[in-house]
Amino acid sequence: MLVGRDGARRILTAVSRPAEQAGLRVGMPLTKAHALLPGVTTMPADPAADAAALGRLALWALQHYAPIVAPDPPDGLVIDTTGADHLHGGEARMLTGLVNRLSASGIFARAAIADSWGAAHAAARFLADPVCVLPPGKAGETVSPLPVAGLRIPPETVAGLHVLGFSTIGDVLTVPRAPLVLRFGPLLGRRLDQLQGTISEPVDPLRDPDLVTVRKVFGEPIGAPETIARYTAGLVRDLCAALEKRGLGARRLDLLFHRVDNSLQAIRIGTARPARDERQLIRLLTDRIETIDPGFGIEIMDLTATLAEPLVLQQAVSSLIEAEEADLAGLVDVIVNRIGAARLYRIAPVESDVPERSFRRIPPLSPETGTTWPSRWPRPARLLARPEPVEVMALLPDHPPASFTWRGVRRLVKRADGPERIFGEWWKRDAELAAVRDYFQVEDTGGERFWLFRSGNEEQVASGIGRWFLHGIFA
Amino acid sequence: MSFSREPAKPMSASVHAVVADLRDRIRQFDGRAQRDRAVLPFGVPEIDARLPGGGLALASLHEICGGGNDAVEASAAMLFAAGIAARTKGQVLWCLTRCDLFAPALAQAGLAPGRVLYVEAGDEKSLLLCFEEGLRHGGLGAVVAEVARLSMTASRRLQLAAEAGGTLGLALRRFRHRKEADALAQPSAAVTRWRVHVRPSAPLPVPGIGRAQWLLELARCRAGEAADFDVEATDAEGRIAFSSRLADRSPAAGARRIGAAAG
Repeated sequence: MLVGRDGARRILTAVSRPAEQAGLRVGMPLTKAHALLPGVTTMPADPAADAAALGRLALWALQHYAPIVAPDPPDGLVIDTTGADHLHGGEARMLTGLVNRLSASGIFARAAIADSWGAAHAAARFLADPVCVLPPGKAGETVSPLPVAGLRIPPETVAGLHVLGFSTIGDVLTVPRAPLVLRFGPLLGRRLDQLQGTISEPVDPLRDPDLVTVRKVFGEPIGAPETIARYTAGLVRDLCAALEKRGLGARRLDLLFHRVDNSLQAIRIGTARPARDERQLIRLLTDRIETIDPGFGIEIMDLTATLAEPLVLQQAVSSLIEAEEADLAGLVDVIVNRIGAARLYRIAPVESDVPERSFRRIPPLSPETGTTWPSRWPRPARLLARPEPVEVMALLPDHPPASFTWRGVRRLVKRADGPERIFGEWWKRDAELAAVRDYFQVEDTGGERFWLFRSGNEEQVASGIGRWFLHGIFA
Repeated sequence: MSFSREPAKPMSASVHAVVADLRDRIRQFDGRAQRDRAVLPFGVPEIDARLPGGGLALASLHEICGGGNDAVEASAAMLFAAGIAARTKGQVLWCLTRCDLFAPALAQAGLAPGRVLYVEAGDEKSLLLCFEEGLRHGGLGAVVAEVARLSMTASRRLQLAAEAGGTLGLALRRFRHRKEADALAQPSAAVTRWRVHVRPSAPLPVPGIGRAQWLLELARCRAGEAADFDVEATDAEGRIAFSSRLADRSPAAGARRIGAAAG
């Protein structure tokens, strides 16, 4: 429980979860709190330290999520996710990941994505769902039942609105604007417009003095893609020189464009390893220039190495016999920045006999494991995501099928090989004990080969013996 | 489809020299350097003899599709592509849109898991971009992409990228539906176009399944003739073998027989 000062009074500024259940509220005088809950622990509030911590959190979000991040005091962050969500697997997954990572470090967070800062602010604070993505264009409908406190207006205005009988944002939106402005001033009207997205609201991005930044201010606004590309190249050269002085390589670069209408556009690129190669960085940045809308022109370009790591120089291969391994980091960066990190991977073997568990995805530049799958038995080229049931005619107990019907086509089996018995991994779960499969490789009259299995164990009739599935296609 | 093959007319040595000289000059117009003429032989003399230069041209685009019922899954075509990629040097980039590929099968075709980088592109457009990017990079051994549509323009771009990067590109044509499946009907800038049909395998003296048999149809070959080959599927090192059934016959006769049967 934190105690702050409001003039001469000492009031509560933050309350823990158990204390809240005991009836304590933010804004309550300290004496009343002591009367309600004797012996409660209090700490003096430190707004400056809070602001500093929020700044640190904003910097972390800047380095990990999106190029435009600003603290929204006293307790929020605002992140412009335009063009950044696809690198984290979409908006919903990015938001869930953000909230989970914060809660892992002991911060209870709620998050929302909406068309405008105002709508996201209200949705994050007052919707029941701690993580929500408001569909584009529908923000007004979702936000209108929320209380007026979500409007980012001073507490006196909230109290005034309550006195007049307005409780939700929707109530305020439907009434004529002029009387409200007369009573509460222009701020309320502006917040309502900002919430609906009818007037723009630029986010003033956080910049840390420790980050390496280069900036180009134009006398005359620029707009042509070729011009942007040319100045980008110049900025990258300056940045690489600055990084070289500090012995750093960039892991993440943000290129911000300040437009003449005071709005911001950003490009973010990431690299798999610390990089200071001008050509590679210019290539990555210019690849994404097409996503920038220069509007009436760009006044300032800002290039920041948001995440930089020490760059260790490596000895080039000097042996004349040893063939030089091609460096794929550049290619990996280009593809990852285009389609997202989760979509570029290697497949590594897992020690499991169950086919669908016998592989896992690993990052593209992870070191070579040198392992492979055992090749005693042939494996199909295509594995169906889930085995599809087939109708089969087969002799019991152990004969391969004589014919089977898959996706409405009946096929006669000419040749077959099997069974290959695969037991469930009984040491993992009890249900796996009965999961036995007998795999057959069969060839039909046309020469096509399929991977069929019969599930179940003849000793345990309950496990569903004799159901046949098609699991893969050889050729 | 129909096939017609005329017996090759005998040419005198001087005509040969003139033709070779003309080819060289055309190549210089194209701007392709000497190193781009490196080839990857199949190691099967009957097939290599049909391909200009004695193998698959390395710095170029090749197209492979499945024939008949295999057009949708293209699993035989995939193994054929894996076998070719396995015999190149260096890493292989494999671009997909649907991830039903079973990696152990690639390992059994000679492509170890440590050599393959997978790209799972969301749509055809980004798939083609990644394909082109991989070809241009130049450090990869081969780039394989499972594409459904490949327009003339796109294939021309890819061919130029393959020439620029000196990388072998394999466009594995995969279709959503069987109806749209005649892949090789549209023109393409690929240097060779292959169709892989599965065929019933030879009976074994014991119960079981032998090595898979393919009918490999070379539907188009720049500066070469179309041909059919009866082959055995890729082995653990990615090699195909000429079918043992034809061991006592000349390959040309075998090819013609199958051509007539397919027509």
